[in-house]
Amino acid sequence: MSIKDSAYKVWRFYADGFRGMTVGRSLWILILAKLAIFFLILKLFFFPDLLERDYDNDADRAQAVRENLTR
Amino acid sequence: MNDLMSVVDWSRAQFALTAMYHWLFVPLTIGLSLIVAIMETIYVRTGDAKWKGITKFWMTLFGINFACGVATGIILEFEFGTNWSNYSWFVGDIFGAPLAIEGLLAFFMEATFVAVMFFGWKKVSKGFHLASTWLTALGVSLSALWILIANAWMQNPVGMRFDPSQMRNVMDNFWEVAFNAVAMNKFFHAVTSGWVLAAVFVVGVSSWLLWRKSNVEAAKKSMKVASWVGLAGAVLVAWTGDGSAVEVARVQPMKLAAMEGLYNGSRGQSLVALGVVNADKRPGDTQPEMHFSIDIPYGLSILATHDPNAFVPGINDLIDGIEINAAGDTVNTVSYAERIVLGKKAQDALRAYGEAEKTGDAEAMAAAQAVIDANFKYFGYGYLSSPEDAVPDVPLTFYSFRIMVMTGGYLLLLFVVLLFVSYRKTSVLEKGWLHWVGILSIPVVWICSQAGWIVAEAGRQPWVIQDVLPTGAAISDIPAGSVATTFWIFAVLFTLLLFAEISIMLRFISKSTGSDIEAAK
Repeated sequence: MSIKDSAYKVWRFYADGFRGMTVGRSLWILILAKLAIFFLILKLFFFPDLLERDYDNDADRAQAVRENLTR
Repeated sequence: MNDLMSVVDWSRAQFALTAMYHWLFVPLTIGLSLIVAIMETIYVRTGDAKWKGITKFWMTLFGINFACGVATGIILEFEFGTNWSNYSWFVGDIFGAPLAIEGLLAFFMEATFVAVMFFGWKKVSKGFHLASTWLTALGVSLSALWILIANAWMQNPVGMRFDPSQMRNVMDNFWEVAFNAVAMNKFFHAVTSGWVLAAVFVVGVSSWLLWRKSNVEAAKKSMKVASWVGLAGAVLVAWTGDGSAVEVARVQPMKLAAMEGLYNGSRGQSLVALGVVNADKRPGDTQPEMHFSIDIPYGLSILATHDPNAFVPGINDLIDGIEINAAGDTVNTVSYAERIVLGKKAQDALRAYGEAEKTGDAEAMAAAQAVIDANFKYFGYGYLSSPEDAVPDVPLTFYSFRIMVMTGGYLLLLFVVLLFVSYRKTSVLEKGWLHWVGILSIPVVWICSQAGWIVAEAGRQPWVIQDVLPTGAAISDIPAGSVATTFWIFAVLFTLLLFAEISIMLRFISKSTGSDIEAAK
């Protein structure tokens, strides 16, 4: 079996599975809504990685943490 | 400083809230995956289609819980970067490596085998489907392994070396981190507690079906499987809990003393079975430890060391530096007052290291590094104002421990009774009171599970990394208001998620009461 056939089979497996879902459909909506809220709202607007955002390199980050921990 | 304290409190409250919500879903996923795998094994071995229907019923409930719980742990990682930036940098590779392995493993195992579990009934052979179900069960447990290894490292930081230049802990022995004795006990304790939790869930839902006189045979069969899993889980939880107690006595003796409300230890130390702790008592004062207590003679010495005559140090003893070593002998180590001095010395040296690094003074850096290395063991004590700051919240730890043990004992008894009536007194399975005992046990098992984590996490305060970094030093310098805002966002969001799960589950179960679970589709 070629790679193309195998990939098609895997695709069909997931596509048929999703199509045949009953309870699963509302669950997928829930998962996608949750991921969107987590990553597109909370992560972007409320949870920056402070050291990544405020410093350009690891040496500066280390220096910032050293200052925080020894002041 | 007041604002800083508020940030600590809000950040702790937020982490506790999100971790506790996350832990509502996780143990059910762990335990239900095992129960479903056992049920499907019975179906494959017997060829009885009724078991296929039963497997699919519980597999759907597993799927609902999996969908609601998936990614709730990601929030904790968000919080590390924002609220706990000092901590997340300071822990370095030690936290990153296990979490990366967990992420990769969980993603690949879950994306592959969960899909086969749900979509593959008519697409793959019975054997392959069964293997996928078992691999899903194994995968969710392995996911838990890596996060628990990371957690155990915070309780017992081994296999690491602090690099003052990088300001991070560098892993120098992966195997020591992975096979940390605390991690092994914690892993088996958490996973088997998941078996108990899921077993009670199955018993509770089956009881509801029996009470509704719906799918009676399927409910009875499910209850029997769940009771065996629950009994095995409860026995293993007790066994691994015993192992955890020995490890806590060895590496976190202050937590053990707080769990017991014990200030002045002794040889042949008794265990408080039931009691009212004196919340006003402080280290060194003469107030009584308990307002009232019923004690088990020698209990704590046996629990902590397996030797009924062993000495178990109390809070005052530990502050004075009296501990028990790995061999179980009483040793006089460094008092907490001295540890504070040594911790401050390490911090001064770290500051000097930073200054020397800026000017490129290699000699001064080496001298500072030597002082840091010699005193790093007590680095965190340098942040404390007095030895009393190293004592966790005694009443919270004391009562949480008792709630965990008592509810756990009740659940063990419940499984014994259920197995007895399932095999010997089957008529009792029709009794309404038994159904209500089963239904009402559902919240009990979640209380038990959450209480266990409160003991583990509140009991290790003030440390975020034992002896090395206190919680107050681990946080970011951010406004308390922003943490408070996200706390309430999470409180609302996770509560909605929980209601969504419960409502989808109830709708599915209610629909099933009108149909035949055993009719395999």
